[in-house]
Amino acid sequence: MNFKSTIGLEVHFELKTKSKIFSPSPVSYGAPANTETNVIDWAMPGVLPMVNKDVYRLGIMVALATHAHILPTTHFDRKNYYYPDNPKAYQITQFFQPLARDGYIEVEVHGKKKRIGIHEMHIEEDAGKNTHGANGYSYVDLNRQGVPLLEVVSEPDMEDPEEAYAYLTKLRQIVQFTGASDVKMEEGSMRVDTNISIRPAGQKELGTKVEMKNLNSFDHVRRSLAYEEQRQQQVLLSGGKVQLSTRRFDEATGKTVLERVKEGDADYRYFPEPDIAPDHISQEWIDEIAATLPESPFDRRKRYVDEYGIKEYDADVILQTKESSDFYDETVKAGADAKLAANWLNTQINGYLNEKQVDITDIKLTPAHLAEIIKMIKDGTISSKIAKKVFQESIENGTDPKKYVEDKGMVQLSDVSVLGPMVTKIVDDNPQSVEDFKNGKDRAIGFLVGQIMKETRGKANPKVVNQLLNKELQNR
Amino acid sequence: MEITKDTITHVAKLSRLAFSDQELDKFTKQMGDIINMADQLGEVDTTDVPETVQVVDRDTVFREDKPEHWESKEELMKNVPEKVDGFIKVPVIIDKDDNA
Repeated sequence: MNFKSTIGLEVHFELKTKSKIFSPSPVSYGAPANTETNVIDWAMPGVLPMVNKDVYRLGIMVALATHAHILPTTHFDRKNYYYPDNPKAYQITQFFQPLARDGYIEVEVHGKKKRIGIHEMHIEEDAGKNTHGANGYSYVDLNRQGVPLLEVVSEPDMEDPEEAYAYLTKLRQIVQFTGASDVKMEEGSMRVDTNISIRPAGQKELGTKVEMKNLNSFDHVRRSLAYEEQRQQQVLLSGGKVQLSTRRFDEATGKTVLERVKEGDADYRYFPEPDIAPDHISQEWIDEIAATLPESPFDRRKRYVDEYGIKEYDADVILQTKESSDFYDETVKAGADAKLAANWLNTQINGYLNEKQVDITDIKLTPAHLAEIIKMIKDGTISSKIAKKVFQESIENGTDPKKYVEDKGMVQLSDVSVLGPMVTKIVDDNPQSVEDFKNGKDRAIGFLVGQIMKETRGKANPKVVNQLLNKELQNR
Repeated sequence: MEITKDTITHVAKLSRLAFSDQELDKFTKQMGDIINMADQLGEVDTTDVPETVQVVDRDTVFREDKPEHWESKEELMKNVPEKVDGFIKVPVIIDKDDNA
């Protein structure tokens, strides 16, 4: 029997604001426990939550980038639940009137383009973080309480784990390039929940769905969905029923493990948040935000490939993060040759980042530095061998490349009036090489070039030296 | 709307409260009275009246994204019964959504 899978994804993004969604507490990753909270986060009696305008702004950016319809009127609602990660005993979210609905993104999978719908996206507050101890106690840090989140709920449009993987990859890239979120799964600024059901091919109604929460990498998402497809098929084929349940992916075994059977939908008793007034989102504001939307990864890729003539593979490497793409764009803007800049970024800089395990935003080399190095190679001021030395100095110490080259006397020697007599002397001193050359031994030239390089401590322009040597040897 | 003991037990469970049989009887009666009183509102004809989600006479009240540190952090932790290294110590509850 053939089965069809139906997969839907819920993705939470932490929005990159300086303060929380309803309180002015700073948003910080890694601050000492319970030091970045205030009375609003703790829901002390009489406090008044107030909406951070930037949370809407960043949410609207993502809505625009995913072709979603932004609702002109929204409001917040309370989702009631009792758990120590939230001292309010409710989460403020948007349940009835979300920020936006009916978006989509386009993915390419199995060699075909497919549009995957976004059902809705809404803004809400994060809860505190619980660390479970082995001694029967949990330890709560409320710094994360009130950090703004954007939840993006897909339509159940995905039919296999590869499509889910492609959707996640594309969604992360889109959100990252709006600048709305850091999208780092390892730091929790992007979190993925999945649900999957299967049904016999030809059956119309959907099967019973299984949820999986807190998957911590895209690979886990793909593997857990693939495992679930197989598991649910076996259950159905052996005459069983799939239970409405939540399961957890076990990294060590690659299997999913039953966490909890659901007897009914969770009873959150949503109602409109009485402390926050409804919000009207004007078209003027949306237009204003649209005008500030950074260039999308698709447009950038088109520009790199069509205008700059960069190979598609290299363009994709540059576009892995917004930071790297921005670095590249600034380098080209500062006057660097686009192809050379791509090479330097993808080999030298990425090599350095991998070796040191740092991000491009952490290095001391600026796009202006890189552009300067590339310009000096292009106009023959320095050789590419020297350029690597300069690069190393700049990336480690932030030294200005031009100044470094001048200070260290690294400028390439191309002056014929200096190199000419040097070549004559070297040829005079090495009659054996002249003999070898006459006998058709090409390596004789290599030896002589080496001698000149030694003399000039690597600064002689190899192209000029070769020309002069050839001329000199022909004349002997 | 009829409020039964089961309704109260269910709502109590959602709020992580435990009642004695005596309390359960008392709250069932009280809750029933409250809900029935509120139910009188249903007698008003609201055809064509738009839904009210907020009674405050304002809308779109935004705050600029300016972070402010709370001055008295120790004050906030004063009500915490047990703390360890700045964390709030609570009995372990793994199952977050167990409120069906």
